[in-house]
Amino acid sequence: MMMEILLDPTMLSDFLSTSLRLSIPVVFAALGGVLSERSGVYNIGLEGMMLAGAFGAAVGTFFTDLPIVGLVTGMFAGTLTAVVLAVLAVSLGVSQIVAGIAINIFSIGVTSFLSRIVFSGQANTMTLPGYKAFAIPGLASIPIIGPVLFNQDALVYLMYVTVPLLFYLLFRTSWGLNIRAVGENPRAADTAGVRVNMVRYLCVLGSGALAGLGGCYLVLSQVFLFSEHMSAGKGFIALAAIILGRWNPVGALLACLLFGLFDALQLRLQFANPEVPYQAFVILPYVVSILALVGLVGKPRPPGAVGLPYRRESK
Amino acid sequence: MLGLLRAAYLLKGVWAILAALLVGSVLIWLGQSNPIEAYAALFSGAFFEYHGFATTLVKMSPILLAGLAVAVPLRAGLFNIGAEGQIYLGALFATWAALYLPEPLPGWLHIIICSLAGMIGGGLWGLIPGYLKAYHNVNEVIVTLLMNYIGINLVSYFVSGPMLAKGAPYPYSDEIREALWLPYIMPNTDAHLGVVIGIVFAILLYFAFKRTSLGLSLATVGHNPAAARYAGMSVRRHIILSLAFGGALAGLAGAYEVLGLKYRLFHMFSAGYGFDGIVVALLAEGNPLLVAVAALFLGGLRSGANIMQRAVGVPTTVVEAIQGLVVIFVAASVAFRFENSYLAAAWRRRRAVEAALAVEHEAARREEAKPP
Repeated sequence: MMMEILLDPTMLSDFLSTSLRLSIPVVFAALGGVLSERSGVYNIGLEGMMLAGAFGAAVGTFFTDLPIVGLVTGMFAGTLTAVVLAVLAVSLGVSQIVAGIAINIFSIGVTSFLSRIVFSGQANTMTLPGYKAFAIPGLASIPIIGPVLFNQDALVYLMYVTVPLLFYLLFRTSWGLNIRAVGENPRAADTAGVRVNMVRYLCVLGSGALAGLGGCYLVLSQVFLFSEHMSAGKGFIALAAIILGRWNPVGALLACLLFGLFDALQLRLQFANPEVPYQAFVILPYVVSILALVGLVGKPRPPGAVGLPYRRESK
Repeated sequence: MLGLLRAAYLLKGVWAILAALLVGSVLIWLGQSNPIEAYAALFSGAFFEYHGFATTLVKMSPILLAGLAVAVPLRAGLFNIGAEGQIYLGALFATWAALYLPEPLPGWLHIIICSLAGMIGGGLWGLIPGYLKAYHNVNEVIVTLLMNYIGINLVSYFVSGPMLAKGAPYPYSDEIREALWLPYIMPNTDAHLGVVIGIVFAILLYFAFKRTSLGLSLATVGHNPAAARYAGMSVRRHIILSLAFGGALAGLAGAYEVLGLKYRLFHMFSAGYGFDGIVVALLAEGNPLLVAVAALFLGGLRSGANIMQRAVGVPTTVVEAIQGLVVIFVAASVAFRFENSYLAAAWRRRRAVEAALAVEHEAARREEAKPP
């Protein structure tokens, strides 16, 4: 079956296109995670923020029929959830892992509850308007790669812009230098006049907005409705992608694309083997994530101060 | 006065729960119901009615065991977020042992074998992240999180395929024979022995943590791995053992869901008990006895939620939101220690001033008493 895909250009670009689309929510969440962890805040709550973003997107679109409003409300919902992490982890200095877990549990409960109130039973039947794929003239006619990269929906194109922007922000601007300094050595950054907790707040909130964007993609480009716990562990796969991508936006993107590839592969396998219960294939991306973490060549080096709250007064 | 204040700081968990219920009442109000009526229905149904209380115990059983499954590795500073997957693996192994082992075994022996099989299944699911953490330094949080999804889907696969009962309308296994059903502890209800075994484990672990060298070395590994290694303890072995044993406890929870309640393996049978386990372990700050108390409370929330839904029409999912709020407030409350509080600081300053004054008084007294 693999050979067939590789040899037939239409099938190949179809397959790659599915891979790309499946990786998008993970990419946005992973970008958020890179931003937050570069500033020294571990973000286990990506999953919950993504779910909140999906819910926000569904609510905004449900009431206005405008996907763009859903995009804004989705990112807002993600950011709002991130406020909880920022307050707990940055201001109060409690365990970032506990704070993230709290966000995930709370987010699953509150979105399930509110979705029953807001959509009152029609959550699984309605279809929301969303973003449809459109070809970019010229570029889309490049063989194989063209239809894969340039016949997608608006949020995919948004991702193309976000990755280099985040890379530029982190590694080519003085803001980025501050963010990385705060994540590596907050005391030194503080001595140099960087407002450590302010930087961390902004990065965590930005991380929530990006994870929320991942949730928006689920609702506005993939499923066109909100279903309970629809993030289904994508935020956790993003956590693995951050490590694989060495806390670099481009690296994280590549890692996410790898997971997307395996997700598309397992979908193919499902269709090709209808007699085997599909759950046997669903586990593939999760298994690959773990194997990738184990088989990582060299030792990943996370930002020096990730996980540690910063207290000006303490040594 | 100060003692009272110190007690108030110690009861952080209670304050966190109250705060969560308060915010939860806003959610209930958003659902256009009366929060007081809703909570009254929830708590009276869960704790003051015979059948309701039995249901509370039914829910408490897996939550308690899952809570201990989180508390044991937590003692060594490890986060086991994988209790949910470990529950599924435990149930899978226990069901396998119940259905496919040769018949002539006596019932009680077969129940013990099924329980052990469950512990092996869950233990295996804890062993893997433990091994990866110890030998490959792979973050146990991420691995346990991802393994939840693998475990849940693995069970779905088995009950949809190899273990699917003949003619089943949806994925579940054959029924296990009646001799393997756990004994009931309350007549005419579903309350089964699982909760008693969970409490026994909680008491054993409490003493193991307090009184045994293993409990002490586990805590040493958690607090100061370098010191632990210097003292000759194998940090790696403690990591692997604590996660595997935690997994085994969660596996037991899964086994008892089958042997005590459902008598079959269903797909998606656990209502997130593994995550409830995290909530109770954090709420109890890792103390096994308090884990039991917290599990009783959370079991009550879950069983009362159904009663509340029937009585006032609030969706049961509000309880999940409240649980999330409990964790958020518990996390926040960690930041509020009595020793860091303003009043405690003021008290310390006062004591310091008094001590300094006493020194001066003493000096003055000596001065006066000096013979001319």
